[in-house]
Amino acid sequence: MVGGPIAGVDPVAILAGRMGDTALVLGHRISEWCGLAPALEEDIALANTALDLIGQAKLWLDLAGAREGLGRDADGLAYLRDAWDFRNLLLVERPNGDFGDTILRQALFDGWHVQLLAGLRDSRDEQVAAIAAKASKEAAYHWQRSRETVIALGDGTEESHARMQAALVRAWPFVGEMFESDETDAALSSAGIAPAPATLSTSVMGAFEEMLAEATLRAPEVSRWQTGGRSGRMHTEHLGHMLSTMQWLQRAYPGCDW
Amino acid sequence: MYAQMVKSTGRGVKSPEEMTPEERAFQARIDADEKIEPRDWMPDGYRKNLIRQIGQHAHSEIVGQLPEGNWITRAPTLERKMILLAKVQDEAGHGLYLYAAAETLGVSRDAMTEDLLSGRMKYSSIFNYPTLTWADMGAVGWLVDGAAIMNQVPLQRTSYGPYARAMVRICKEESFHQRQGFDIMMKMAQGSPAQKRMAQDALNRFWYPSLMMFGPSDATSVHSAQSMAWRIKINSNDELRQKFVDQTVPQAEYLGLTVPDDGLAWNAEKGGYDFTEPDWEEFFAVLKGDGPCNAERLQARQKAWDDGAWVREGLLAHGRKRRAAGIAAQ
Repeated sequence: MVGGPIAGVDPVAILAGRMGDTALVLGHRISEWCGLAPALEEDIALANTALDLIGQAKLWLDLAGAREGLGRDADGLAYLRDAWDFRNLLLVERPNGDFGDTILRQALFDGWHVQLLAGLRDSRDEQVAAIAAKASKEAAYHWQRSRETVIALGDGTEESHARMQAALVRAWPFVGEMFESDETDAALSSAGIAPAPATLSTSVMGAFEEMLAEATLRAPEVSRWQTGGRSGRMHTEHLGHMLSTMQWLQRAYPGCDW
Repeated sequence: MYAQMVKSTGRGVKSPEEMTPEERAFQARIDADEKIEPRDWMPDGYRKNLIRQIGQHAHSEIVGQLPEGNWITRAPTLERKMILLAKVQDEAGHGLYLYAAAETLGVSRDAMTEDLLSGRMKYSSIFNYPTLTWADMGAVGWLVDGAAIMNQVPLQRTSYGPYARAMVRICKEESFHQRQGFDIMMKMAQGSPAQKRMAQDALNRFWYPSLMMFGPSDATSVHSAQSMAWRIKINSNDELRQKFVDQTVPQAEYLGLTVPDDGLAWNAEKGGYDFTEPDWEEFFAVLKGDGPCNAERLQARQKAWDDGAWVREGLLAHGRKRRAAGIAAQ
């Protein structure tokens, strides 16, 4: 099973499932912006980011399916699991909100993603390393763009600053989940397949601090991080609604070739 | 065709005797198949006509994202979702090239956007029809992009250089769009009974609106005559519509779908199909704003524009601060 660390399951299946679900859910969320962005350039950039992420999701989920050995491919995993079996970061399933919420969520994801992929490129698992190598080129560009946009809007007008600050207050409690580890993470890191999540914390948080300082934004104090998406312990109520849209055709007309 | 009923000078084509020497020289360049470039002298009517036509085309690309965006979130496989995203991204890119081409004529993208939102500028009538099932993504690619290509291929030879060059890039991508649409239709037509029904229903709903894309017969239109003399328009609406029908009917047969026209018949004498004209009253109503989705489409664009104002202003303000800091540092 991709969902949940289970004894005897290849931990790469779980890693790939988590990577794939996170990329898929965020890619889907961004694709909801189609035709509605604040400027044509943003429409193009958002579609491009969504396209990259869904492409990555397909690679990760195909790998997850192959390693779990239950005969499911990326589409089977994306379209025929319910919310409780998804293992994405909670951050990415949050609704788009305004453009500030979207671009801030993107920057927080991208800043973490580039560092994680840098670690995964050196994975002892060749397939993990290959997907990470491909994805890192895309992620580097996403991070550059989302970071610059957060800085520009944080340090733009009074209104754009206020909106970005409010977006940061909403999104920040979800950052802690990026560095949380469980038994699967421990197994992956001791096997040299993936970096331990906690080891990314210094560099990722450092990158966030730099970005926020330039953007003149201040991260709120968080007494308790919102976590549980990667482990499958918890989701937001939003994920089920997203899946009911995304999976609708496959559910309404089962077994068809599209 | 994404440009419909584009107004010209409204005065018909001038004879050489009626033209000023500049106009005569200009027409001679066009007749010699030379490209007109932004800095060249051009008649005011040519400039205005082009702005209307390129602007309408650009707006169509932008509004055209909406009926497809309606299905990106519900695409049935990851691959279909990616293909559709890539297509919609191309369309936004086409909008960008076209606005850039129009800007060379002295009108800003923001001004054109405001004209779209106020209803002073139009977009193609086709995007005021809803996309109700996944098969509509097939029909839009196959029929709507197919009809657009019919018009756009000749426009690669249009007289205005920036427009012609934008068209070259656009045409390459549009043929990929049409193929992916046909591929969706193929899967549906060969699929389950429900999928086949969906495919036929999509063809039923999009057939006549696609024929309308070419605009009404322009045999007597003074606008068309002037546009053709200036090589802003290359073929007549009827020529293109006939070509489209002749190309599409065998494709529908191949798919095992029925074109919803009892009057459709091969006419050996003309070497083309006879077909029933679309309901032009409906066309004019849709163009005027009374189509099934006009209100939603414009509302969506208006909301995107209004909700995005703080973002555009924020980015500009930051750019100004950066430049000021750069100057202060020197």
